Amino acid sequence: MTLPNPLDDTNTHRYIPNASADITEMLATIGVDSVERLFDTIPNDVKLDRLLDIPGPWSEIESRRWFRELAAKNKSAADHLSFLGAGAYLHYQPACIDQLLTRAEWLTSYTPYQPEVSQGTLQSIFEYQTHQCLLTGLDVANASLYDGSTALCEAVLLAQRVAKNRRKVVVAKSVHPQYVETLRTYVQNLGIEIVQVGWTNDGRVDTAALREACTSDVFAVAVQSPNFLGVLEDYDAVVDVATGAGAVKIAVVCEATSLGIVTPPGAHGFDICVGEGQAWGIPTQFGGPYVGFMVVKDDLKRHMPGRLVGETVDVDGRRAYVLTLATREQHIRRAKATSNICTNEALIALAANMYLSLLGKHGLRDVGVQCLQKAAYLRKRLSAIAAVTLPFSGPVYNEVVVRTPYPAKEILMDLEHEKILGGIPLSDFFLGHDNDFLVAVTELHTKEQLDRYAAALSAAVARERR
Amino acid sequence: MTTILEPGDVTTAAKSSSREGLLFEHSKQGRCGYQLPALDVPEDAEALPPSLMRGVIEDELEVSEVGVIRHFTRLSKLNVSIDEGMYPLGSCTMKHNPRLNEEMARVPGFALSHPLQADHQVQGNLELLWHLEQTLREILGMPAVTLQPVAGAHGELTGVLLIHKALSRGGNARKYILIPDSAHGTNPASAAFAGYEIKELKSNARGNVDVDTLAAAVTDDVAALMITVPNTLGVFESDIRKFADILHAKGAYLYCDGANLNSFVGVARPGDMGIDVIHSNLHKTFSTPHGGGGPGAGPVGVSAGLVPYLPTPRVERRADGTFYLEHHYPDSIGRMRAFNGNFGVLVRALTYMRSLGPTGLRRIAQLAVLNANYIRARLRGVYHLPYDAPTLHEVVFNDKKQQEHHVATLDIAKRLMDYGFHPPTIYFPLIVAGALMIEPTESEPKEELDAFCDAMIAIAREAEERPELVRTAPHTTPVRRLDEARAARQPVLRWRKGR
Amino acid sequence: MTPEDSRYAKSHEYVHLDGDVATIGITDYAQKELGDVVFVELPQPGTQLEADNEMGSIESVKAVSELFAPVTGEVTEVNDLLRDKPELVNTDPYGDGWMIKVRIADQSEYDDLMDATEYEEYIQIESH
Repeated sequence: MTLPNPLDDTNTHRYIPNASADITEMLATIGVDSVERLFDTIPNDVKLDRLLDIPGPWSEIESRRWFRELAAKNKSAADHLSFLGAGAYLHYQPACIDQLLTRAEWLTSYTPYQPEVSQGTLQSIFEYQTHQCLLTGLDVANASLYDGSTALCEAVLLAQRVAKNRRKVVVAKSVHPQYVETLRTYVQNLGIEIVQVGWTNDGRVDTAALREACTSDVFAVAVQSPNFLGVLEDYDAVVDVATGAGAVKIAVVCEATSLGIVTPPGAHGFDICVGEGQAWGIPTQFGGPYVGFMVVKDDLKRHMPGRLVGETVDVDGRRAYVLTLATREQHIRRAKATSNICTNEALIALAANMYLSLLGKHGLRDVGVQCLQKAAYLRKRLSAIAAVTLPFSGPVYNEVVVRTPYPAKEILMDLEHEKILGGIPLSDFFLGHDNDFLVAVTELHTKEQLDRYAAALSAAVARERR
Repeated sequence: MTTILEPGDVTTAAKSSSREGLLFEHSKQGRCGYQLPALDVPEDAEALPPSLMRGVIEDELEVSEVGVIRHFTRLSKLNVSIDEGMYPLGSCTMKHNPRLNEEMARVPGFALSHPLQADHQVQGNLELLWHLEQTLREILGMPAVTLQPVAGAHGELTGVLLIHKALSRGGNARKYILIPDSAHGTNPASAAFAGYEIKELKSNARGNVDVDTLAAAVTDDVAALMITVPNTLGVFESDIRKFADILHAKGAYLYCDGANLNSFVGVARPGDMGIDVIHSNLHKTFSTPHGGGGPGAGPVGVSAGLVPYLPTPRVERRADGTFYLEHHYPDSIGRMRAFNGNFGVLVRALTYMRSLGPTGLRRIAQLAVLNANYIRARLRGVYHLPYDAPTLHEVVFNDKKQQEHHVATLDIAKRLMDYGFHPPTIYFPLIVAGALMIEPTESEPKEELDAFCDAMIAIAREAEERPELVRTAPHTTPVRRLDEARAARQPVLRWRKGR
Repeated sequence: MTPEDSRYAKSHEYVHLDGDVATIGITDYAQKELGDVVFVELPQPGTQLEADNEMGSIESVKAVSELFAPVTGEVTEVNDLLRDKPELVNTDPYGDGWMIKVRIADQSEYDDLMDATEYEEYIQIESH
């Protein structure tokens, strides 16, 4: 096979401006006779003597056709009524956000290492940090982490750095199971032991078991609220036990809109709040990109992983913003850094910032009220169906475990035939829950849709019974 | 032709434009930026126990939609971006971000799919991931790829955990990872996070790792060498195959930081170099937008021996052509993140790979390397080149000549802003004092490269003739040099009412 | 420049001895190398220090460095001024920028440190 000649203008590409006239001049300036000569340092025995065996190059027309065909093979909230949650929620996203995000200055800039030409990004992160503090009731937020699961990992590692010689972390079993799996991966070589504590009949953490688990070598306790079962934890009870053990208290929030209506972790004495910001209007998009957040008490700020933006002044005394406390980070501290994180989720944090700004003081509460009330309505409708129970009695926000006498996967398949994505089977996460599934409601659902869901579930249960 | 900007020539637009305050300072009671439909279900006063209910968040915003749009539009104008012009941050591969990629990621069937849907409901997504894996396998020349890591450093952590797990299976995870002194800071940080201690390898006079130095360093307790190819000076490690042989003979692994893949994509393949693990930053080589610092994606390719340890779940294809997520790999290191990686970023990257195809990807490397060498040729003699070995996609100068006039790299970087360019990466790699690391990428036309070189040459002249002008730069940006010590001594990290 | 009445560690801490109480800080050379100091992390009073072991850290805008105990002993006092004014380490390293006072256990450790002349020679070599 002969490889294409860079000087052959039938070989140019719309994304690569320079063509034969440029290349010829540039080669002359450099003083070599071909582009290939520039690659002489790559030994011939590792050079590819053929073109890659991959499709393309495609025009936009061909790409659109192929990708849209793929997307059409999905069943999604685009063409189904969805009640899926479990850490990824479908909420309202104001129209202007995506329009603003695609502005070149947001989309195509990079980490604001040069503050004089990055004040937009820096100031927006400072505002984002402010929102995070207000929402969680804690003091210092960072610029973003990858997602909720890795934010939990970073929180546990932070806690361990502070509480030097202890080696156990207690994590409630009702913390998102994939978050716990991720944590297991992160700490597998670090000598940290994860102790799990179950729940009682109300779906809340078993505080007696928690007390027992909180031995003197426990450095942190992590609970999630609303937890994976949808139940709101008794924060004070957890804080009480963890404080007694001298452990760092970590609250995990997977459904970020709950912070608009539920008392925040900071008000209950948690040291760290981490979570997933996807619910602030970020598309579910099969799991990412999302945005992890971390907010801590003031005395932990110099242990914080990731980037922080602070306020200062320039030489003319004008207020300005800059990356600060950067010496904790990998590009300076290398092996001793607080985290290895570099690229984070700035653009998604910006989207969340815009969402929080638009919704604001009243909107964040209104969204919370609507989620809460619509879920309460659906719970009432579902519990009126014979053979349907809601097994956990604790208080909930917008998500609930539903139980029927039949395998959840069969019931959900039945709902799918009605163009309803009816829930997420709990058996994917916990043994002994074959008949349980999680149902999430948001402000997007109408009463008519909730009624339709109740009717469809009722019919599905009836069909199973036959 | 080069010209020197006079202070009076400087555009005053940026300075005089009114500075945008914090949105929190624009908040006014009664203003509103949203509307929800009226609540259409009967309200249950007991839906939440009062003890769990918070009041309205007092200091949260009350602003209109107009206010929000103006604010974020005005703020955006304080940033420079790749759409405006060359953004030659070395090691970051700031290339053109095609908007088709954005459009494809927003197709509702992708954007509104949920990460925990049953496999049969998301066949389109799984097929896409499978195709991306196949394409990356071919590009990297590696037998398997995981798409789960969501950033380069996340990929590094994944890769080192894989090595640790594989060695543990052999009974001894070993103690050290070798890392050259020219490496990215994420390398030692990731290796430490995965449970290893770091031993630093000194670069030789060419900026490369020496075969003999490596051979002496690879003792029985060394798990791997983490190396960047080409390295952070842009110099290819011509002995890479020998490195692999030395490591493999001792049962150790060769990890490649793929940050610089843009320089050889389609020209050579890591798998053919004896590399065992490589992460690829899709936001670099494959053009997913940097977004002011993410999101990214950092898929990892591995050699055959490491396949059993890859993160779960993995995408697989059945004989009937359908796809599924396989969770059951008993030797897996586990999950690196909840859900399925940064899917939206993966859609963009595959769109890009399809747009370029085999000829386009090869041309990327060729033109990126040509562009960097053109800058090198034009600026050589004007700026000092501390390592003279031939380079690929980037070139590292320093401030040695300008230091004679007490002008430092930081000053040169700041002055470039006055000429309309984002500065290169500075003071990195650490082996070059006062480094100016320039990576133009293939996206820059010759005119833009010339304008950049003209600016650099003008600044060098200014350093000789009017050093004070350079030392006090920038002069035209929305703000000038900042007091970083003040920000770090008494950190103000959030707005507070009435402060 | 370098005070004659103190002794110096290779990691650039100075020790000024008054009876059995050592006042410890970092040298003028060290503060210049670090640049603008923004934060100093020091051990609590009562902490037992071992010579050559890490006792805290010092952070400038550009770097973090470990602080090493030049002598063995118990921390008796910590300079609280540094919490709000870490820049004192830059402006007055041998005076108000001192860091901790330690009741030393072994006078010979102090004697083994470099004197001012030896330290000046040492930094001459190190800075090349």
